[in-house]
Amino acid sequence: MGAYAYRAPTNVEEALSTLAAEAAAGNRAQMLAGGTDVMVQMRSIDKGPRTFVDVKHVAEANELHIGDDEVFIGAGIASAVLNENDELKRILPGLIESADLIGSTQIQGRATIGGNLCNSSPAGDTIPALIACGAVCVIASPGGNREVPTEDFVTGVGTNVLESTEFLIGLRIPRPKGRSSDAYLRFIPRTEMDIAVCGAGVALTLDDAGICMAAKVSIGAVAITALVVPDAAAALVGTAVDDEALAAAADASSALAKPITDKRGTVEYRRKVVGVLTKRAGAIARDRALAL
Amino acid sequence: MSKQHVSTTINGDEVEFLCEPHQSLLEVLRDELGLTGTKEGCATGDCGACSVMIDGRLVCSCLMLGVEAQGVEVTTIEGIAGADGLHVIQQKYLEHAALQCGICTPGFIVATKALLDRNPDPDETTIRYWLAGNLCRCTGYDKIVRAVQDAAQNLAYEA
Ligand SMILES: Cc1cc2nc3c(=O)[nH]c(=O)nc-3n(C[C@H](O)[C@H](O)[C@H](O)COP(=O)(O)OP(=O)(O)OC[C@H]3O[C@@H](n4cnc5c(N)ncnc54)[C@H](O)[C@@H]3O)c2cc1C
Ligand code: FES
Ligand code: FES
Repeated sequence: MGAYAYRAPTNVEEALSTLAAEAAAGNRAQMLAGGTDVMVQMRSIDKGPRTFVDVKHVAEANELHIGDDEVFIGAGIASAVLNENDELKRILPGLIESADLIGSTQIQGRATIGGNLCNSSPAGDTIPALIACGAVCVIASPGGNREVPTEDFVTGVGTNVLESTEFLIGLRIPRPKGRSSDAYLRFIPRTEMDIAVCGAGVALTLDDAGICMAAKVSIGAVAITALVVPDAAAALVGTAVDDEALAAAADASSALAKPITDKRGTVEYRRKVVGVLTKRAGAIARDRALAL
Repeated sequence: MSKQHVSTTINGDEVEFLCEPHQSLLEVLRDELGLTGTKEGCATGDCGACSVMIDGRLVCSCLMLGVEAQGVEVTTIEGIAGADGLHVIQQKYLEHAALQCGICTPGFIVATKALLDRNPDPDETTIRYWLAGNLCRCTGYDKIVRAVQDAAQNLAYEA
């Protein structure tokens, strides 16, 4: 019953027909990006045979496009490549720092943002950052491409909206305009190589007077999926993102969080810390926007 | 299970091999190709003992499938020394006693090479962050950092 196989389609059409053929044959297919989750899971919790469908050779998933209105990051691009792109780091510093937090130099050499999102862990570091900067998932589907906002993509622990015949091509992100910036912070017990106790991503736009015109806040590892915190954003809009506004945003994040107690922290601790991270990430995003 | 045919370049040599689609590159290097310099510490991406370069980029060979090596250039610890002896990095690890049991050393040396290829003059913080994915149970890391700093200076002097 079933065996392991590996396919490396070179474009979206070929990848979709590979997925469809595997489904029709009753075989399990699994998309493979950097493999840093897939390989670990294959040795521990998920040993069953499958056909790997490598996204790294799909041309459309290797595109990195920085346009006037939009940034597109292909699902096959390793975080190390993103981190070496100075323009990308300048316009989306929060998103890139969230990807840069994942694992070691070695992990960075393979791991992708798309894989982090599709793995759909509650603690996935790029997910709150993607949500904060308004990223939209571009999904290849047998009927044509479809788009889903990142905040609607993950549906539960390790689950998402993708059908077995679909895959993620990449992420479309509105290019931040004017004095806009973002930031992502997570808390871990050591300085490198650990899973987030909690995380917070903030993206905001300031006007010429430094008043916040728009904001989006998302928190991670404090519920089964990353959460959008509308009340935290509302607390920042119309203010100079001063201490008072940041404290109100922090309270909103703490209030919305529904964490669990585990070896990384208790419910009370996570609630408190996610507020602190919201406040600090908000201040960093503000300072970055002011410096533009 | 059907084995898959892979053509790749390892340490400058063209290599062809057959492997199972689920075998890691680390397993292929060690078990199929006899390149046992690359070590397995954890097989979960945590220790860096299996570090190799793929097209010049540092990765864990335990987290990559052997079949993914198709068409790329792989550099392993066996490819670091030159025809006339040890590489400066290897020499400096010896001089600074930056190894004890040695299981982590091939990974550290490949990681150091990848760092110095990219950044010939890294400061201590950069070195420590770059090598954070390489674990060593014996040395306490300090001697490793000194060896890397000394190797960087020597390479700069040679260049
Ligand atoms: C040592 C170590 C440290 C780590 N540290 C962190 C950390 O600090 N923070 C963190 O968030 N994660 C961490 N991770 C987990 C992992 O590295 C990240 O989740 C990474 O971003 C996964 O990306 P990948 O490209 O390797 O995904 P893969 O392993 O290739 O794929 C992950 C999942 O997504 C699916 N998938 C991948 N691409 C697509 C696609 N295009 N379309 C549809 N489905 C797809 C796969 O089928 C699989 O289910 C760590 C892992 C290791 C081994
Ligand atoms: S064996 Fe690959 S990281 Fe430990
Ligand atoms: S020398 Fe023994 S683990 Fe590093």
